Amino acid sequence: MLDELDKRIIAAMQDEFPLVAEPYKEIAARIGISEKELLERLSSYRQSGKIRKMGAVLKHREVGFSANALCAWVVPPERLEEVGQIMMRHPAITHCYSRIPQPEWPYNFYIMLHGHSREECRSMATELAQATGVCQYTMLFSTKEWKKTSMSYFVRKA
Amino acid sequence: MKLGQGYVMLTSFDKALLNILQTGLPIASRPFAELAERLGVGEDAVIERLEYLKEHGFIRRIGAFFDSTSLGYVGTLAAAKVEEDYVEEVAKAINAYEGVTHNYERDGSFNLWFTLLVPTIEIQQGILEEIRNLKGVSSLINLPADKKYKVSVQFNL
Repeated sequence: MLDELDKRIIAAMQDEFPLVAEPYKEIAARIGISEKELLERLSSYRQSGKIRKMGAVLKHREVGFSANALCAWVVPPERLEEVGQIMMRHPAITHCYSRIPQPEWPYNFYIMLHGHSREECRSMATELAQATGVCQYTMLFSTKEWKKTSMSYFVRKA
Repeated sequence: MKLGQGYVMLTSFDKALLNILQTGLPIASRPFAELAERLGVGEDAVIERLEYLKEHGFIRRIGAFFDSTSLGYVGTLAAAKVEEDYVEEVAKAINAYEGVTHNYERDGSFNLWFTLLVPTIEIQQGILEEIRNLKGVSSLINLPADKKYKVSVQFNL
């Protein structure tokens, strides 16, 4: 379970990461703990999987990946695991989930596909269809971004 | 000042730095010094370049990325069928929920797709019900994940 200090640390780690020589010292000072304690807690979160990555998220359009498609597939339930294993290895796929379908929407497997163009996304999807043998799918290209943020966990609103 | 517009280009050093930094920010007292050593430059050079890349919009965020499920949050993907004239109004109403992290208009009959991340399933159901009842929404589907195979937003530059 998370204690109060964990929640304060997690909330603080979602602020801007200081671009200074000793960033953790600065964050620790904001929280009111020692740098050593912060580093120890962060290491333990990473070990336990609470932190899935330490690093940077790029703006994909700005670094050249201007097209993205949410691609939804109808995968026979008994093949989900096998198809998932093939899809997740593809480097252009950033998100890969099986999901519970709905009566009016039969798609049960979802990937986010990034490419330099819509054509590239389409050809990658064709390749994936061939590699998996799953041919019922739809490509949902985004036409407008209404919101894209990082989640703010345990942040107390002023 | 975007790459596609040709004003600012990533140098080969930028690409090397970003390729490492996308997954490898050290949890250590001097993280940028460690990156600098791997890249064969000084700590200052790494910090200055990151400020530049952030300022010019190449980096969305640097830091810790948490696993929502491990923190006890409940996530889902939902899609709404919204009448053309109401899309903007509905999109803004959806955006107003703090737990909505992504909201995209997409081609197809379900034209608004959003992700929702909240502390409990009850809160999720309540929010989805409110959205379902918005004027202009004719249908809403909730597509909770069964299994996560991959979340790794990482680009090879």
